[in-house]
Amino acid sequence: MSILNSHIPEGSISEKWSNHKANIKVVSPANKMKLEIIVVGTGLAGASAAASLSELGYNVKAFCYQDSPRRAHSIAAQGGINAAKNYQNDNDSVYRLFYDTIKGGDYRSREANVHRLAEVSPNIIDQCVAQGVPFAREYGGLLSNRSFGGVLVSRTFYARGQTGQQLLLGAYSALNRQIAEGNVKMYTRHEMLDLVTIDGKARGIIARDMVTGEVKRFGAHAVIIASGGYSNVFFLSTNAMGCNCSASWVCYKKGAFFANPCFVQIHPTCIPVHGSQQSKLTLMSESLRNDGRVWTPKKMEDAEKLRKGIIGPNDIKDEDRDFYLERRYPSYGNLVPRDVASRAAKERCDAGYGVNKEGKAVYLDFKYSIERLGKHTIEKRYGNLFQMYEKITDSDPYKEPMQIYPAIHYTMGGTWVDYNLMTTIPGLYALGEANFSDHGANRLGASALMQGLADGYFVIPYTIGDYLAGEIRVPKIDTNRPEFVEAENAVVARLEKLFHIKGKTPVDHFHKKLGQIMWDKVGMARNAEGLTEAIKEIQELRVEFYKDLLVPGELKNVNPELEKAGRVADFIELGELLARDALNRNESCGGHFREESATDEGEAKRDDENFAYVAAWEYKGIDNEPVLHKEDLVFETIHLTQRSYK
Amino acid sequence: MADIILKKIYVKVWRQNSPKAKGRFETYEVINVSQGTSFLEMIDILNDELILAGKDPIAFDHDCREGICGMCSLYVNGHAHGPDTVVTTCQLHMRRFTEGQTITIEPWRVGAFPVIKDLMVDRTAFEKIQQAGGFVSVNTGGVPDGNVIPIFQDDAEEAMDAAACIGCGACAATCKNSSAMLFVAAKVSQFAKLPQGQVEAKKRAKAMVAKMDELGFGGCTNTGACELACPKSISIAHISRLNREYLKAKLAD
Repeated sequence: MSILNSHIPEGSISEKWSNHKANIKVVSPANKMKLEIIVVGTGLAGASAAASLSELGYNVKAFCYQDSPRRAHSIAAQGGINAAKNYQNDNDSVYRLFYDTIKGGDYRSREANVHRLAEVSPNIIDQCVAQGVPFAREYGGLLSNRSFGGVLVSRTFYARGQTGQQLLLGAYSALNRQIAEGNVKMYTRHEMLDLVTIDGKARGIIARDMVTGEVKRFGAHAVIIASGGYSNVFFLSTNAMGCNCSASWVCYKKGAFFANPCFVQIHPTCIPVHGSQQSKLTLMSESLRNDGRVWTPKKMEDAEKLRKGIIGPNDIKDEDRDFYLERRYPSYGNLVPRDVASRAAKERCDAGYGVNKEGKAVYLDFKYSIERLGKHTIEKRYGNLFQMYEKITDSDPYKEPMQIYPAIHYTMGGTWVDYNLMTTIPGLYALGEANFSDHGANRLGASALMQGLADGYFVIPYTIGDYLAGEIRVPKIDTNRPEFVEAENAVVARLEKLFHIKGKTPVDHFHKKLGQIMWDKVGMARNAEGLTEAIKEIQELRVEFYKDLLVPGELKNVNPELEKAGRVADFIELGELLARDALNRNESCGGHFREESATDEGEAKRDDENFAYVAAWEYKGIDNEPVLHKEDLVFETIHLTQRSYK
Repeated sequence: MADIILKKIYVKVWRQNSPKAKGRFETYEVINVSQGTSFLEMIDILNDELILAGKDPIAFDHDCREGICGMCSLYVNGHAHGPDTVVTTCQLHMRRFTEGQTITIEPWRVGAFPVIKDLMVDRTAFEKIQQAGGFVSVNTGGVPDGNVIPIFQDDAEEAMDAAACIGCGACAATCKNSSAMLFVAAKVSQFAKLPQGQVEAKKRAKAMVAKMDELGFGGCTNTGACELACPKSISIAHISRLNREYLKAKLAD
C-alpha cells in the first residue's frame, strides 16, 4: 500500500472539482489578513498565484532571481495557450481537451487533475482578455485560434509568436497592482536556498540577496514553489541561463517527494547546435509546423552533398524529398506530438540523412505555404520567429528552409503534489512546471501556459484555503526560532564550502560535463547499460566537483559564479535521480524512450501492466539510494490504448 | 555556412566593483572566437579565461538569451544592444565584428539606473513606473467571456505592437535626456487601444508620467533616438498617443 494519498475527490470525472470545491474549507477575510504566504518564482504560475492570493487578502511575499518578475522564463513561450472554448465550432469540448492531454501524455498523468485543468481553461482566456492581453483577433473582432501538435481541433489562442510574454505581462500587471497596494512584498534578485520546516510543516525559506550576498530568513504560514523545471540539467536546453532546480531540490532534501524525473520533453524544432562555444539553444515555435513541412532528402548522395555544402536544399526536387512525418503519420502529418516528431528526426539523422555539417539537422520548409498563402501571410504569422532565426543563423527562412533539430525544452516531472497541489510536506505547494501532475510523460504544445495559469489563478486560491483554515490560530512565524537559525547556518556553511574549495575548474566546465553525460546516455534514447554508466559517471563528477571547483569573487557581493556553483551542485544530484528513474522505468512512454521497449516499427511501447504509476522518490541522504514510492494511476474515464498518430 | 574564426579581438570593458566604487575601463584580449558565436558567449569565453587567471569575471545581466526577457543591456561600441538592428545584446552575433577590432562595452548610463557591479544596473525605477498604473484593475475571476467585446483587428495589432516592449531600458539609455517616454508610452498605448484599458485611462496616463518624472527620468524632445535603439521596433507614434492620453486626462481635471 502506497503512503501517497493523492486526495482525488469522489464522483464522476466531471463532478470531482465541483464536489471538491464544495467540500474544502474556506478562510474568512478577517483571518486571511493574518496569514502569510511565500511564493517562489514569478513566471505564469508564481505571478498569477501571488496576485490572486493577495487579491483574496493574504499577505504575500514573492521572490525571483531576476531583476524583475517580468523576466521569468514563461516570457519566452512563443506559440500559444490552449483552452476548451470551442469558438471554432469544430467539436472541441472540456472532455476533448482532457482526452487529448491524457493521450498526449501517454497515459501517465492523473485523470482528475487533467480534467480540472481542461475545466478551468476557458476562464484563463477570459481573465487574460480582461487584463488587456492583446490576443490575435479575426476581422470580425473575435479571438483567433490556431492548431497545435497532437490535436485535431483549433483551440490555441495566441499573441503573435510572443504568447508567453503577453500572458506573463498580464500576470505581472496584476502582481504590480498588488505590490503597489502593499499586499505583495516583492523580493527581486533573491534566490531561495533552503526551506524551513517547523514540526513537519513548511514555515519559511532562507534566501540569498544576490546583490549584497546577505543570507536572510523569511517566515510564512505556507510556501509555494513555482520555480519552473530542470531542463538545464542537460546544460544545453531552451531554458534561460538562470533556470534551475534548486528551490525544488532543497524541498526534496527536506522531505518533498520528487516525481517522474525521467519525463523530459525534447522539442523537435530547435536551431541545431553548432560549435563548442554555445551556451544555450533557441526554440522555434511548434506553431511553425502548422505551415512548415518537415523533410530530409530521399537519396543518401543528396544528404552527403548537403553536408559538404556542394548543394543547397533548394537544389533538391520535390520528388526527391522525404516528408517523413507525412509519410509515417498520415493523419496528423507534420502536427504529431513533440516526442514523436523528435524521435522521427533522430531516426532520419541516425540513418544518415541529416543535412548540416554535423549530420544533426532536418529541414522545416515554408516554400509550400508561401506559394499557397503568400509571403505576407507567413510574415504576419511568424515574422518575429523568422527574424530571430535569421539573426542567429545568418540564413533567410523565406528563401531557404530552416534547419532544425530536437533539444531539451521542458520537464514534465517535478515535485509530487496531491489534488490540492500540496507536496508531501504539509503547507508546501508546487505549481506550474515545478510540479509533475498534468502532462504525464509528454506535454502537448500550448499546454504549459495553460497549466501555469490554471494552477495560479484558479486552483491554488481555492485549495490553499483548505490547509490554511487549520492555521488561523498560528501567529506570525517567528524567524528567530532555532529551525530558522539552523537552516540559515546550513546555507551559509554550504556557500562557504563551495567558495573555499579553490580548485582549478570553473563551474561551467562541470555543468557542460554533466550535460554531455545526460544528453548521451539519458537523452532521447535510453537503455539500461547507458543509464547504469551515467549514474556512475555522475557520481564521479560529483566527487570531482567538490574537489576541484573554482569559485572566484566575494561571498558578500554580486557573484554569478557562486550562484551557478550552488545550482550545478544541485543539478548533479538531480541528474543522478533522473537517470535512476529512467533506469527503473523499463518501458517507453512519451518523452521517455527505452530502447528495450519498442514496437517492430520502432515506436514507443508502453507497459501498462507494470508501469502505470507515478514514481515518487524520497530522499534518504546523499550517500544512500532514494526510496521509490508508487502512486498507481487509475483510469476510470479513459480507456488505455497504445497511442497512435498514424 | 562556415563561420570565420576571429583570431584576436580586444574588449574594453567597464569594471566597477560595487555601486559606490569608482569605475574604470579595462582592456582584455579574446582569442579564437567563431563569428557564429553570440556576443554574450564571447563574454562567457572571456570570463572563463579571467577565472582561470585568478581574476574576477565581468558581471553582466542576461537570462533567456533569445531576445525576449529584457534582462540583457549594454552599450556595445556606443550603441544600445550593439551595432545590429532590432536585436537585443544576447541576439547579437560576432559576425558584426572583425579581426583585431576593439569592442567597447559599457553599462546603461542613466541616472535612474545606478550601476550595481560592472555592467549590471538597477532598473527598479521601471518596476515602480509599472506599479504606478501599468495594469487594468481586475481581480481574478468574475470577468466576462473573452468574446463579449469584439476588438478591431487593427486595434489589437497596434496594442500588440506596443505590448512587445521587453523593459530592457535601451530607450532611456539612448535618449540624450534619459527619458523613459517610449517605455511609458508602450504600456499606456497598449491599453489605450483596447476597450479594457479605457476605464482607468486618465488615471493611468497621469500616474505613470508623474512616477517617471519623480524617479528622475528626463523629458522627451522628440529626437526619435529611442525608436532606433528599441530592439522591438516600438514606434514613437506611441509617444504621440501617450501625449494625447495625458493631455486628455489633464484637460478633464
